[in-house]
Amino acid sequence: MASAARTALFGPLFDNNPIALQVLGICSALAVTTKMDTVIVMSLAVVFVTAFSNASVALIRNHIPSNIRIIVQMTIIASLVILVDQFLKAYAYDISKQLSVFVGLIITNCIVMGRAEAYAMKNSVGLSFLDGVGNGLGYSLILIVVGVFRELFGSGSLFGVQLFALNTEGGWYNANGLMLLPPSAFFIIGLFIWVLRSFKKDQIEEGV
Amino acid sequence: MSNDSTTKVLAVAAGLCVVCSVLVSTAAVSLRPAQEANKVLDRKSNILVAAGIVEDGAEVDVDSVFEEKIEAKLVDLTTGEYVEGDPDTFDDREAAKDPSTSIELTRNQDLGGIKRRTNVAPIYLIKDGGETTGVILPIHGKGLWSTLYGFLALGDDLETIRGLGFYEHGETPGLGGEVDNPKWKSSWVGKKAFDNEGDVAIEVIKGSVNPSSESSKYQIDGLSGATITARGVSNTVQFWLGDDGFGKYLERLKTDGLG
Repeated sequence: MASAARTALFGPLFDNNPIALQVLGICSALAVTTKMDTVIVMSLAVVFVTAFSNASVALIRNHIPSNIRIIVQMTIIASLVILVDQFLKAYAYDISKQLSVFVGLIITNCIVMGRAEAYAMKNSVGLSFLDGVGNGLGYSLILIVVGVFRELFGSGSLFGVQLFALNTEGGWYNANGLMLLPPSAFFIIGLFIWVLRSFKKDQIEEGV
Repeated sequence: MSNDSTTKVLAVAAGLCVVCSVLVSTAAVSLRPAQEANKVLDRKSNILVAAGIVEDGAEVDVDSVFEEKIEAKLVDLTTGEYVEGDPDTFDDREAAKDPSTSIELTRNQDLGGIKRRTNVAPIYLIKDGGETTGVILPIHGKGLWSTLYGFLALGDDLETIRGLGFYEHGETPGLGGEVDNPKWKSSWVGKKAFDNEGDVAIEVIKGSVNPSSESSKYQIDGLSGATITARGVSNTVQFWLGDDGFGKYLERLKTDGLG
């Protein structure tokens, strides 16, 4: 039991990372990673939503009629996302303005739905909750790596604290504008997957 | 009872909907006051930043500074007179959609690319002690990808620019997004908005301003790599200072005084 819990929680970080191995949830990883502030808030929001949607789906899994199970999962996820969105608007207004539609789009983040369908429908509440937290953290890990590179090289700062003096303000660092645009996240995620698979060779897919 | 029987399907669906809707509506209702307060606070702090009264990101008590330094009023843009109403609750974007509170702009008038303009608009007088030392005008107009929303502050001669800032736009970071660059924004401060004949003269040019030229006091450096955004900002400022924007109001202030 203990090892099942550990696999559910830590497996998604490197062994079964939702972005790197399952390649889910890429869109929001491109959109919100220009600044670390937004990365952290988005990560927390996704961890919360995956954890509680998994737990709620697992709680009623024996009563969900199979022909409406997708829409039941969607309803639970959508309600949780609205909760998060309302909460951010009330208590973290600046960040919620920057995240704009992407909080709402957690609903369409394939990770949340994918875990509800693939894991929570078959496992206990506790394990499903841990699996949700784990997958949320796996997603956050990638977001943080991408966010660090993009903010540091795109704006010369981390968490809004200026580390490299920009040449537009009389410093030495010429900010890399590409880093602020979505395609740079693709490159960084690609490099991350490359590094990860160099260490974990079993993740390499068979060539066709 | 089987999970797939019609009764069970309906029961589960109905039960779930009730639980979820109670949850969502409770959150929405109980958090509304905090959200509304945030919106008002955000607008106030944008106004103070545009006027250069507080620095962007500085930790100040926005409410008390606003209370002390700013007096909000509604202005009828057609006559330039003040009108009754609560500027704090005036919703510019809603009013611009409604034909009874806004007018449609013709292609020639519509420099800013905003299509409709409200009949009344809020303005913010800057107070220093008992004196009025300037006025802040809300402006918005099209850039390259998005509508830019911001504030333009004028000094007590109603010609000298005191500050410009945008609080909402969707321009490309690093290119058009440089409208937020503090250095570029500070290049507006001290420029003259009107020429000697009283016509709107301020413009963002392509390239850099030649400081020795006669017209340099009306000109702002362009943003490299963001020609269309820069032109948008230029047109937006010209529109709102012009006769279809706050022109009538500014003219009236020049004769009647700021007070």
